[in-house]
Order: sequence, then C-alpha cells, then structure tokens
Amino acid sequence: MQKLKTSFYAAGLMAMLSAGTAQAVDKAELIAMGKAVYLNKSKGNCVSCHQIEDADATQAGNQGPPIVAMKQRFPDKAVLRAQVWDATVNNPLTIMPPLGKHWILSEQEIDAVVEYVYQF
Amino acid sequence: MKIIKMMTLSLGVVLATQMTQAADSGFTLATVNPEADRTALQNYFKKRFPESEVQDYVNGIYAVDADSRAQWEEIEEFPPYEFAVEEGEELFNTPFANGKGYADCFENGGVGIRQNFPYWSKEEGTVKTLEMEINECREANGEQPLKWGKGEIAKVSAYMAWTSRDQVFDVKIPEGDTAAMAAYLDGKKFFYAKRGQLNLSCANCHVQGTNIRIRADLPSPQLGHVSHFPVFRSKWGDLGTLHRRYSGCHKDSRSKPLKPQTETFRNLEYFQTYMSNGLVVNGPGARK
Ligand code: HEC
Ligand code: HEC
Repeated sequence: MQKLKTSFYAAGLMAMLSAGTAQAVDKAELIAMGKAVYLNKSKGNCVSCHQIEDADATQAGNQGPPIVAMKQRFPDKAVLRAQVWDATVNNPLTIMPPLGKHWILSEQEIDAVVEYVYQF
Repeated sequence: MKIIKMMTLSLGVVLATQMTQAADSGFTLATVNPEADRTALQNYFKKRFPESEVQDYVNGIYAVDADSRAQWEEIEEFPPYEFAVEEGEELFNTPFANGKGYADCFENGGVGIRQNFPYWSKEEGTVKTLEMEINECREANGEQPLKWGKGEIAKVSAYMAWTSRDQVFDVKIPEGDTAAMAAYLDGKKFFYAKRGQLNLSCANCHVQGTNIRIRADLPSPQLGHVSHFPVFRSKWGDLGTLHRRYSGCHKDSRSKPLKPQTETFRNLEYFQTYMSNGLVVNGPGARK
C-alpha cells in the first residue's frame, strides 16, 4: 500500500511539475474545468449537496450549506481547499466525501473546483 | 487508475470507522442495549419531525415529506404491486414436483407470519430471514433455489407480507444469548460504519441526511425501513427484496455490496427490523 501511495504522489508531482513548465492552464480554463467537476456525477458531484447561483446547476441538493460568499467566508483559499480535500478533518461524521483523500478527484481537479466556487 | 480506484474502495472498507448518533448504547457487547437504541432512534425522529406519528414511519419518506406524499397516495390508489401479489399467491399455492408446497414449510401454513422475520435461530446460530427460508423450503423439497433480488422470490415474499399486513413487528434477541446480541451489534456497526470511496455510512443518509436532498433524491428515515418490503420501485419497474435495496445503496455510495443473504446483510436486517419493533407490516410497498 505504502508503495502504491508513494508512486501515486510521485505521479501527481510529476503531473504538477510538467503542468508548471507548460505555464499550467490559464484561470478561465481552470474555472471551466472546476465547473465540470462541480456538476459531473462521476467527478465532484458537488451539486448533489450544494446549491450555487449557476443556471446550469439544476436540481441542486441541500445536504450541505449553499455555496455563497466564499471569499468572505474563506479569506484563506487554502482553508477552502482543505475542506474539499478532506471534510472529515472538521467533522468526522460529515456526509461530505473526502474528495482528495479518497482520490475521487485529482489535485488539479480540486484546484479547479476551488477556483470555480471561489467566484460565488 | 482503475487499479488504484479498486484499492481505494477496499481501503475504505477496512478503514471504516464506527460512529454514534442519537443517544444510544454504543458499540460494545458490554454496553449495547437494543431497547435503548430503539427508544433513542424514535426520540431522535420525534424531535426532528414533530408532526409525524411514529406509526406512520412504515411509509418511509412519505411519513416526513408532505410534498411527495400526495403523489404517492395517488400511486397507492392503483397499487403497482397488485399483480405481483396475485402471482405470488399463485406461486405460493403451486405444489412442488414432490407434491409438497411452501405452506408445509412454515408455521400457520405461511399465512400472517411476516412479522416474525428475521429471527435468531439458536440451533443454527444465525439470523434467519424470510427469503432465506423460502429458498430452504424449495431445496428441502428438491427444487432449485431462486435468485435473491427480484422475480419469483420477491413475489412469494410479497404475498406472504400481504397476508400479514397490520401484524406488529416484535423481533426478539433471546435473553442471555450472547451470539444473538453479537449479531445485532454486527448489524448496528455496519449501519453506522463509514465505507466506500464516498466514505458514507447508512446513517449518513438515513439518520442525519433524512429528508434532505441529495440532488433530487430524499433519503427516508431508517425507522420503518423494513416494514414494507419487498417493494415496488418505479425506478426498477418491478418488485425487489430488501437485500436488493441494500446493494443499490452500496452502489450509490461507491462501495462494493456484499452478496444478498450473506451473514452481515442478515445481521443488518436483524438490527434494522429491531429498530422498527412496534410498527406494523405493510408490505409490499410502492416507492418512487
Ligand atoms: C454528499 C454530500 C456532499 C457533497 C457531494 C459535497 N459536499 Fe460540501 N458539504 C457537505 C456538508 C453536509 C457540509 C457541511 C459541513 C459538514 O458536514 O461538516 C459541506 C461543507 C462544504 C463547504 C464548507 C461550507 C461552509 O459554509 O463552511 C464547502 C466549501 C464545500 N462543502 C464544498 C464542496 C465542494 C466543492 C464539493 C464537490 C467537489 C462538495 N462540497 C461536495 C456535503 C457535501
Ligand atoms: C448516498 C446516500 C445513501 C446511503 C449511503 C445509503 N442510502 Fe439507502 N437510500 C438512499 C436513497 C436516496 C433512497 C431512496 C429514497 C428512499 O429512502 O426511499 C434509499 C433507500 C433505502 C431503503 C428503502 C427505503 C424505502 O422506504 O423503501 C432502505 C431500506 C435503505 N435505503 C437502506 C440503506 C442501508 C442499510 C444503507 C447502508 C448499507 C444505505 N441505505 C445507504 C440513500 C442512501
């Protein structure tokens, strides 16, 4: 297991490095990717639990709080990212899946969805 | 990537943590007290949905969500399970090749006994469910066992539930029987343990998440969960057993379901049914 983890992180790091040299994706692309992650059932599926002021986010659920006033509520973006990466740190019983910790999303997808929700 | 995903799934199960909710009796044989758990669960829902009558929880989500209740009442006017009950009756009364039938295998000819299941069998040291005994009856009489999830078994079970409507569930954990208590505890732990890639427990959706939308779905309260099975789900377009539903909920939370009628699923049914003691049989039911 340990081996698998290390090679996984290594792969992640590689991907990040190569993205870095290629000047990464620009912010608009990242936000578009984040929106797809937010809406896609087999990706973040955030829409199943969080309402958001985006016309494409139809039939949003309400298990979690609505995504509003993100900048005010998360002045430190890293805190927001940490919530998405592993919500169980704040609340072990939470219904919110640990999207980073359980490899549901890639590191880049998490960056993307954070950028996307940070607009609201 | 595929491999990594699979490994995550199994990892999730291994790391599954237990959790408590409501003021109940905990997760060790030393402390566990089914009656206290049942009362705690009832009180939890009474507080959460003060408008709903405890007896109405046999109607699942419709006990707590007024909006979908009207739709459902309309469905119940021409119950979609009606034919299945008739077919079930016919199957029930059709003799096996050896001339015997289901009625010979059960108490009271199999009529009006649904509320006695599941039960702890001291002799066999395991929880017995109705579906399990339907198949045991077949095999004892030289017939092939039926598939567990749907089809004939669900119809026979539906007919047996139908003849038992309004009988009160009274699942017992025999006094001083540690093995029976351990089975209950196993089911309880399973219900509260987080599992799968999405790290969800049954309780996440059916206690804390009850009547709160996950996209367009509203999870029902766990109180009353078992009373109306087998159930006709519009989404399935047919009748399914309780263990079929267990599998479906596993898939929704991205964890690998156990096989129907495995010991743990039977223990889960034992726990869930104990929680509904005092409620009546109203199977088969209809759900969205
Ligand atoms: C199955 C339900 C569910 C899903 C899916 C889900 N969340 Fe959550 N989320 C919650 C709940 C419930 C909370 C409330 C905090 C808690 O439970 O501890 C929450 C909290 C949050 C918070 C903190 C909000 C605040 O006001 O403190 C953010 C931000 C958030 N979620 C973002 C996301 C994003 C982004 C995704 C998808 C990548 C996502 N959530 C997927 C249920 C969910
Ligand atoms: C991701 C959320 C989620 C999880 C986790 C989950 N369920 Fe469900 N479950 C649902 C939804 C949504 C339905 C369909 C609506 C309803 O409850 O009738 C449902 C339906 C059911 C039903 C049928 C209720 C009825 O009235 O017909 C049973 C029984 C059930 N679940 C048991 C379980 C058990 C046991 C587990 C854990 C092994 C579990 N569920 C895990 C969301 C979930």
